[in-house]
Amino acid sequence: MWDYTDKVKILYTKPKNVGVIEDANAVGEVGSIVCGDALTLYLKIEDGIIKDAKFQTFGCGSAIASSSALTEMIIGKTVEEAEKITNRDIVEYLGGLPEQKMHCSVMGREALDKALANWRGEEIEEEAHEGEIVCQCFGVTDALIRKVIRENNLKSVEDITNYTKAGGACGSCIHKLEDILQEELKLQQSCADNPETGEKKKPLTNIRRMQLVNETIVDVIRPILQKDGGDIELLDVDGKKVYVALRGTCSQCVASMVTLKNLVEAKLREFVEDDIEVIEK
Amino acid sequence: MNKKTVYLDNNATTMVAPEVVEAMLPFYTERYGNPSSMHDFGGRVEKDIEWARHEVAQLLGAEHDYEIVFTSCGTEGDNFAISGVLSYFPNKRHIITTRVEHPAVLNLCKQYEREGYRVTYIPVDRQGNLDLDMLFDSVSEDTAIVSVMHANNETGVIHPVEKIGAFLRERGVLFHIDGVQAAGKIPINVANIPCDLYTISGHKFHAPKGVGALYIRRGTRIRPILYGGHQERGRRPGTENVAGIVGMGKAAELARKFLPEEERVKKLRDKLENEILARFPNVSLNGAKEQRVPNTTNVGFEYIEGEAILLYLNEMGIAASSGSACSSGSLEPSHVLRAMGVPFTSAHGSIRFSLSRYNTEEEIDYTLKVLPEVVDRLLEISPYWDNERKCGREIKV
Ligand SMILES: Cc1ncc(COP(=O)(O)O)c(C=O)c1O
Repeated sequence: MWDYTDKVKILYTKPKNVGVIEDANAVGEVGSIVCGDALTLYLKIEDGIIKDAKFQTFGCGSAIASSSALTEMIIGKTVEEAEKITNRDIVEYLGGLPEQKMHCSVMGREALDKALANWRGEEIEEEAHEGEIVCQCFGVTDALIRKVIRENNLKSVEDITNYTKAGGACGSCIHKLEDILQEELKLQQSCADNPETGEKKKPLTNIRRMQLVNETIVDVIRPILQKDGGDIELLDVDGKKVYVALRGTCSQCVASMVTLKNLVEAKLREFVEDDIEVIEK
Repeated sequence: MNKKTVYLDNNATTMVAPEVVEAMLPFYTERYGNPSSMHDFGGRVEKDIEWARHEVAQLLGAEHDYEIVFTSCGTEGDNFAISGVLSYFPNKRHIITTRVEHPAVLNLCKQYEREGYRVTYIPVDRQGNLDLDMLFDSVSEDTAIVSVMHANNETGVIHPVEKIGAFLRERGVLFHIDGVQAAGKIPINVANIPCDLYTISGHKFHAPKGVGALYIRRGTRIRPILYGGHQERGRRPGTENVAGIVGMGKAAELARKFLPEEERVKKLRDKLENEILARFPNVSLNGAKEQRVPNTTNVGFEYIEGEAILLYLNEMGIAASSGSACSSGSLEPSHVLRAMGVPFTSAHGSIRFSLSRYNTEEEIDYTLKVLPEVVDRLLEISPYWDNERKCGREIKV
């Protein structure tokens, strides 16, 4: 049983603002019946103020509650104010959501985005406009994933799945999610670092580099691979070239070996030096 | 909740029968001895375990009481049967099972796959019936064990284990049946089912949670999965869960006595099911109508979502379950419904009602009264229903 807050329970049993606004001048539609949740948001905007908001949703208790919360939060607000609402705010309004249900709040935020774009007269070309689809199962784009990582300060691939559903079905995009996450974390890191000094780290000595490579493989990379039944062996370190042998689970697909190599390289670059090159033997 | 719960989730677990509780209580109070002890205080408890073993043997139609080994749950029975046989035959590297098994079997097989075993997962048709030809064709010299559930926990569909067993016996391949959802619901007689291993779990037929049994036909080659003392003839060491075992014995006795009651359960189930199917335009049955355990019905509502239905029913004091993605905590609907090719649109809105002999006609009437309100409220919220009805617009999928 989900641990829903009382507020969530009240809102899914007695949701407010259910229905259609016949003369809505902003409509946002997200999700699909196949994915298991969908939301259509109708807004009536006059003089830059959201006069009315209604919704229809196909989804679980938390999807209904999140949708209801969103409409309650935006009615009476100016468009500028509404734009600032994040999925975090929806979660706060609800007094919290179970981790695995966070995607319901993101769906609310997405519907609002789409509705406001629709009001401005922007034609949202589903895929092209919003970045590239990363998770084919649920049609999640990298743009959305990056946004959600930033707004919610996500730290793991599991978090990404909880918040966006990406990676939650066939799992074939997990490596891509990992890459996106690492890029975002690095960005955060470089923003946090002092940008003025621009001081480069001291170059590693050979012996230190070898130690770091070995530690990263043993402590970080191997556990990831072994989770899926794969493994890695460190063969040699020559300057910044790291020679490894990889074993994947899915021997038929060449593609998975390529992503495996990318994963190893990304991890070594993250933890050792950012110009490490991985060579597979 | 002030009202009494209308409990229609008996495939998840059942009420412990009052007679069972009563039979168990002495073993939590004055009769706490260890059955292995050399004194009467413990030794007498051994007799109660043997009585329970006899009752369970009777429930399954076992020829000898010692063919029953008590376990801690259905999951353990499934693991014991499959792992125990595989470790006896280390050179046989092929397992056959089905796509609709309980995770207790499926996830174990997936683990063996990672370890290099070959696993064949037999598919099912839209009604949940196994592709028997494929099963028969898959058997090879390398096949160590075939594991098939007797009745499916989500749809109640019964698999033709007699036919499968007869074929496998001829080929000399060991056959395990996960009978967790069959025990107590339909007659079981291993004298007529050519199987070697049969798993049951107490809490599915009014015994407590945490006790189960594996039937091991005399002479079956199997190794233990736990090593330790001599309990259960060394096949399942560990000091016995005496109270649980006695409870399961009592529940087995009651199950045999009340088996005719299942006719009444079936009538209630049919009433519920028929009225649901007749009443709603957006609903369909998941699973075969015949060849089903008498207590289970699984219906798929289109355009509304299963967890929401459950939560609304819950508000009205009705307990059921769903194969929707949301309710399971995963992001995909039930593997059983997907294997059957149930469209996602109705898999997301699937509801399972599972009854027991403790359900009454009033409870079914109450459910039938409440359900339309619940469905209507959710249809009102749903973006798809309106689209269909008012605009005739294609559903965006
Ligand atoms: C078909 C089937 N097998 C195995 C199990 C597992 O039984 P237990 O909960 O006793 O481990 C269940 C329980 O849900 C089941 O339905």
